[in-house]
Amino acid sequence: MKTLDTLQLKAKSAEYRSKILKYIYNAKAGHTGGSLSITDILNVLYNRIMNVSPDNFDSNDRDRYVQSKGHCVEALYVVLADQGFFPEEDLLTLCKYNSPYIGHPTKGVRGIEQNTGGLGHGLAICCGNALAAKKDHSGVKVFTILGDGEMAEGSNWEAFMFAAHYKLDNLCAILDYNKLQITAPNAEVMGLEPIDKKLEAFGWAVRHVDGHDIDALTNTLSSLPFEKDKPSFVIAHTVKGKGVSFMENTLKWHHGVPTDEQLQIALAELSIESPNQVPA
Amino acid sequence: MVTTEIKKGLANLEVFSATLQALAETDKDLYVVTSDSRGSGKLVPFGQRYPDQIVEIGIAEQNLVGVAAGLASMKKKAFAVSPACFLTARALEQIKNDVCYSDNAVKLIGISAGVSYGALGTTHHSLHDYAVLRAINNISIVAPADNFETEQAIRTAAKMDSPIYLRFGKKNMPENLAPDDGSFLIGKGRVLSEGNDFVFFATGEAVWPCVEAAQLLHEKYNLSATVVSMHTIKPLDTNLIKRLASAGKPVITVEEHSVYGGLGEAIASFMMQEGLHNKLKIVGIPDEHTVHGSQNEIFKHYGLSAEGLMNTAISMIRP
Repeated sequence: MKTLDTLQLKAKSAEYRSKILKYIYNAKAGHTGGSLSITDILNVLYNRIMNVSPDNFDSNDRDRYVQSKGHCVEALYVVLADQGFFPEEDLLTLCKYNSPYIGHPTKGVRGIEQNTGGLGHGLAICCGNALAAKKDHSGVKVFTILGDGEMAEGSNWEAFMFAAHYKLDNLCAILDYNKLQITAPNAEVMGLEPIDKKLEAFGWAVRHVDGHDIDALTNTLSSLPFEKDKPSFVIAHTVKGKGVSFMENTLKWHHGVPTDEQLQIALAELSIESPNQVPA
Repeated sequence: MVTTEIKKGLANLEVFSATLQALAETDKDLYVVTSDSRGSGKLVPFGQRYPDQIVEIGIAEQNLVGVAAGLASMKKKAFAVSPACFLTARALEQIKNDVCYSDNAVKLIGISAGVSYGALGTTHHSLHDYAVLRAINNISIVAPADNFETEQAIRTAAKMDSPIYLRFGKKNMPENLAPDDGSFLIGKGRVLSEGNDFVFFATGEAVWPCVEAAQLLHEKYNLSATVVSMHTIKPLDTNLIKRLASAGKPVITVEEHSVYGGLGEAIASFMMQEGLHNKLKIVGIPDEHTVHGSQNEIFKHYGLSAEGLMNTAISMIRP
């Protein structure tokens, strides 16, 4: 079913990024930098890795994705619309009065598993999902994307201990490691290095990956679990604002909204990567 | 008036554990999730009998609630068990977001609630739980008064597809404060006795002293009181309150909780908005550093004992 080649997925990423910007521009709100940062990860998860679709979404045997860094919901909305969970034009209501498409994921939107937004919540829920799947011998895999700033939440570390203790090798946590949080670089706010050694010490199998390399992401996420009986932790090295030169690695684009002119420049930059995919 | 002798039973906690074991016998999707609390939760026998259906989290209440939410969203009946003081404070954001907002039908069980751990200090008291949970959408709040209500509430909780918080203490409670008339329902107050002079609305382990206070009022003053076990604090049984308060009798609310934000204020708010201006007294734990001691001693100190409640009632009708 999911047979798109790498060139097609690269084009999809450019298309997703263009749409993220377009809908954030329309809403005059959104978490721009982080949404562009996780786009390629979501692209690979939904188009190549996970067994979840509008057709099996009501089955308990679907794979689960819980977005712990809920604020980057615009990327998730665009990917879910592309998967056919809802009509893409619904996203024109993003953050508008009484729209289900609010600034964090909610189950009011088909395709979304859990209401997130408070940081440090997604992983524990995933632990419960993964444990239930183990008890059921269902083969369900469970995924989450964690933000790097979010790693300072103590609740994550409770869940890291739990996942290793229960040998949840059907669980994969992906760190969106763009190294910038709302105030400053992580290293200044609350350093998390050496994050790989910390997770290894907590009993997880850890791999680094270029979080924008479609093939590398595919290879990494296709080889789960990295070790039998261990949960898998993917350190995805990413760039906040990826794909738009003036947004990349720039703090103010954490939740910056492009002006009309900035949007046009950004769309033009993205169109070079995907000439036929940019929306009008 | 209640005249039949009340038979002393087990701690509600013991009934909870026995009920769960009975349910787990036929329900392999029932899970108990504990935070190093299986001893204090009387769940050691459950763990021995159903080792595959107990999930130990360790001392990590936030993770307890998050994991339980994850189990519930995979169609498991997850009973998350932890001392009420930690469950409803340490893990409050998980209760609000992962259980209530995400609509994961976790059964949150607050053990050793109120001042059950009276002598251990305020760290171990839960006198805030009704207040904080009342302000969160999509959760029922239940405090059973006796063994009968505990079993009924647990059996109901197991079938519910929405979140519920149940709390009880450690002390032995009556088997049943009134004969079972088959009408127990979450959300419906239980009238234990009907009288002419006062109405007591009480919840949880504060109900029994009200039953005793009603007996004292009868013996010493020849007065009679209606006593209601408002085991469900949310949703509040407003129909019953309206019916019983409409006659204008003095109303006394009694709870093992802060006087702020609990059953008393819920009832007072409803009555005011209904234009029911009865004399009203909210009996609970006042806003001060709580005295320490046994549950009985703390009840006596703050007027939640049978005698204290009798005196409060008399003070409302005598200048």
